[in-house]
Amino acid sequence: MTDTIFALATPPGRGAIAILRLSGPGTDAALLSLGAGGLRPRMASLRNLAYGGRVIDQALVLRFPVPNSYTGEDCAELHLHGGRAVVEGAILALVDLGLRPAEPGEFTRRAFESGRMDLAQAEAVADLIDAETVAQASQALGQLEGALSQTYRGFRKDLLGALALIEAEIDFPDEEVPDNLARSAGPLLDRLIADLKAALAGARRGERVRAGYRIVLIGETNAGKSSLFNALIAREAAIVTPIAGTTRDVLDADLIVGGYAVTLSDTAGLRGSADPVEAEGVRRARARAEAADLRLWVRGPDDIEGDAAGLARPGDLLVLTKADLGTAPAVPGFETIALSTVTGDGLGDLLDWISARLSRDLAGTDFPAVTRERHRRRLVEALAAVEAGRAALGASPEKAADDLRRAAEALARVTGAIGVEDILGEVFSTFCIGK
Amino acid sequence: MCPSMKGFDVIVIGGGHAGCEAAAASARVGARTVLLTQKLETIGEMSCNPAIGGLGKGHLVREIDALDGLMARLGDRAGIQFRLLNRSKGAAVRGPRSQIDRRLYREAMQAELTQTPNLALMAGTAERLILNGDRVVGVVTQEGVEMRAGAVVLTTGTFLNGVIHKGDQRIPAGRHGEAPSTGLAADLYGSGLKMGRLKTGTPARLDGRTIGWERLEMQQADAEPVPFSFLTDRIEVPQIACGVTHTTEATHRIIADNLGDSAVYGGHLSGRGPRYCPSIEDKVVRFSDKSSHQIFLEPEGLDDPTVYPNGISTSVSDATQFAFLRTIPGLESVEVFRFGYAIEYDYVDPRALTPALEVKRLPGLYLAGQINGTTGYEEAGAQGLLAGLNAARAASGSDPVIFGRDQAYIGVMVDDLVTRGVTEPYRMFTSRAEYRLTLRADNADQRLTPLAINCGLVSSDRARAFAAKAAQLAEASAVSRETVFTPREAAALGIHVNADGQRRSIHDLLAFPGVSLSTFASIRPEIVGWSAQVREQVEIDAGYAGYLDRQASDAAALRLEESLALPVDLDYAAVGSLSNEVREKLTLVQPRTLGQAGRIEGMTPGALTALLAYVKKAKVAV
Repeated sequence: MTDTIFALATPPGRGAIAILRLSGPGTDAALLSLGAGGLRPRMASLRNLAYGGRVIDQALVLRFPVPNSYTGEDCAELHLHGGRAVVEGAILALVDLGLRPAEPGEFTRRAFESGRMDLAQAEAVADLIDAETVAQASQALGQLEGALSQTYRGFRKDLLGALALIEAEIDFPDEEVPDNLARSAGPLLDRLIADLKAALAGARRGERVRAGYRIVLIGETNAGKSSLFNALIAREAAIVTPIAGTTRDVLDADLIVGGYAVTLSDTAGLRGSADPVEAEGVRRARARAEAADLRLWVRGPDDIEGDAAGLARPGDLLVLTKADLGTAPAVPGFETIALSTVTGDGLGDLLDWISARLSRDLAGTDFPAVTRERHRRRLVEALAAVEAGRAALGASPEKAADDLRRAAEALARVTGAIGVEDILGEVFSTFCIGK
Repeated sequence: MCPSMKGFDVIVIGGGHAGCEAAAASARVGARTVLLTQKLETIGEMSCNPAIGGLGKGHLVREIDALDGLMARLGDRAGIQFRLLNRSKGAAVRGPRSQIDRRLYREAMQAELTQTPNLALMAGTAERLILNGDRVVGVVTQEGVEMRAGAVVLTTGTFLNGVIHKGDQRIPAGRHGEAPSTGLAADLYGSGLKMGRLKTGTPARLDGRTIGWERLEMQQADAEPVPFSFLTDRIEVPQIACGVTHTTEATHRIIADNLGDSAVYGGHLSGRGPRYCPSIEDKVVRFSDKSSHQIFLEPEGLDDPTVYPNGISTSVSDATQFAFLRTIPGLESVEVFRFGYAIEYDYVDPRALTPALEVKRLPGLYLAGQINGTTGYEEAGAQGLLAGLNAARAASGSDPVIFGRDQAYIGVMVDDLVTRGVTEPYRMFTSRAEYRLTLRADNADQRLTPLAINCGLVSSDRARAFAAKAAQLAEASAVSRETVFTPREAAALGIHVNADGQRRSIHDLLAFPGVSLSTFASIRPEIVGWSAQVREQVEIDAGYAGYLDRQASDAAALRLEESLALPVDLDYAAVGSLSNEVREKLTLVQPRTLGQAGRIEGMTPGALTALLAYVKKAKVAV
């Protein structure tokens, strides 16, 4: 039975809208799980998509039931707001629901299979697919940071090296190759397993993008933090889910700024206190500030620098509140924005500044979600295969080789395929084979 | 006026291992066949290392046997040092191998072919192909005899423009002392086939009576020889031992000092040699850190003093060879029957062939063996069998037989050849088979004999033996899957599994260490009645259980791709969105299926998409 696939139908990056296309027998079930029920065929409907208790987006949803669809299967389109966080949220939900990112050309192939496309269309699409494949490869490599790309090259080298040792033992028993060659691949595989695990952990760095960029308001009591907090969530009301903090002293809100998910936290004023409850609030405020991606140092006209000066870091923003009443002095080394929540002056500047910061910090530093999910799947698959191969190595090198070939196939899109000629080449250049 | 001969369905040219299997297979399926070869007395000659089998190669021999070919049965009658390689490893990577008595093998082959119904043997040299349009309909011999047939199988080995190199000598020749076949080569070149040049080497042949055997370590045959053929119960030929020695630093010094004397290092050779069978000059140069290389001293027969020193093929001059040989322990006073040499020869780029081994632009002509860029008796024999079978089928108007990569090593080899071509002489290794755990030597008959029976390739003796084994195997398989045990019942047999209440079959329990079918003989007494072969195969299948299931599902995906046939006359110039490189390769290979197209080097997903469109269009048109 065929599985259900999805792909981004709009160019990756930040467009006004992003279209996710789904195809396969699990399409309708996935739509229902996202809260998009009651859809009439081929009619656009507005639905609030949510998954696992989290809002994804308010989106236009279209359903194309079998057979009148692009692929001839059940299909759907989700027209999302183009922000990265929104798209990522939707993709992660689909993955969680058991859908798989499509390989290049897979939609087209399904369209052929059901006779939905003529030759001229096919050839046009074929061009696109190759372009997409090339783009994807350069994306995959280009967006890997230097160290990470080194790691992937390391996977290939270790797999190839291990396979060469194993195949040399299997195929050349009467030759002058050292004893127990296959077993000697053990340490190589141990290292590979550790590296694969580390890469999988690294793949979770995207967490920051999908869980939200953490912005914390810090400052003295009465600096105007709560007014600013309320003004920001009121201003960016597209998707707001204010949640009471785990303590009454930290208040969190999820919002979208410039297409990115942000968790904004209001904290207790930083003031030494003998009151144990208040002291606990301050301790939590500090902890939250330290873990944040960005701190907004909120300062009223009459506030001293205080403890906030110790928490703020270079690159953070100094926000001078109550500008209608006057402003505190700037602090060297900090960018400054003055605003008033009463008049609304400066709020737009602040949002623009945050937006710019978000795209500086988040854009292009990680794989686009679809690519990343593909990589993650391949890493998981490769890890399982290498672990199985490691376990089989001592007793059955031929089983280990079968497992490692599966690992190589799983990683082929990232590392390049490892063909039998590569393995034999490694064997013949390492060992003097030839009676 | 030319004398002419008619009344043949298939002409096989060449009496080597490809030619013998081709002629015999063609005759077995009932085609009137003639084997045309330069000298009848060298039919079945082992011109290089007198051994059959090994890893991958042993698998091919078993497959030849499963198709009722000759090599395995005759090898069992001529094998003088049977050894099962990788005996301690899993069944999928065990390779039967034996040293062969050259005379016994040659005599057995000649006797076998002489007695084969529908087969005539004829001495002569094919000089020219007879064409009717593009179609090959016969050959003309050097003697001027015109022979016509429905199909021709060409198995010319190294005879095509062969040149022997030794020191600074260059001798046009096929094999030692035999003339090369240049007319046929001109014909093939004239037809516009893409051709290339390869080389291979051979060591000196030594006089075993002058070797100091008593000073050498000896490698014995297996105590219980494992035969090649499914039909052989036991090996009757006496078994011998081989000597093991090694080169020394003195050997390497002589070679290094006389490299300019080597045909290869002297720059006289352009053909590409294999990476896995380097000459001793190559070994000395490429692995200069090694002070010694192993040599097996392999007797060429029970009563033949000739010894083949395996591991030191060479193309240096006779004088240098003689000097370095005598630096080798055991060979201090050795005498030489014949010195080693390198041979360069032409091959046809096998991408010019269909998977049935027919030349695409010359229908009716089939190629097998070294002419296709392969090396080895087993590779040649397997191709010969397939080419002979398909030539006979073509002559009688039947569809070709094609093996898949998931079916047979023969399928892997032919697909590699016709899809990817060769860059060095192609030799089989088990690592080439992605379905290695499925394609085992022990189950070659289960995989291929039913198909061979359908083709009419199989003698009634073999068909009977196969039917009996298959019936027993079916029973054994059913019993081992149906007989189940609770953990407590298993414990009573000494097998300790998790007390999870799960019932496990014999098949499941066989995967536990130390468990064999005999463990269950008290519960299912019929087990004792099963043959050793059947019991072994059931145990092996159980040991690979999870892996075999996975390979089966991969194979199903492969067959899906292979079921998408590409039109044979597809004009790739007319297919849009193909890069020039891909277009050229597709035009050269003319893949038969979308699956095959995907295995061409450099193929892209987009190109496959465009091809898929053609597949679909062709289907609609039908």
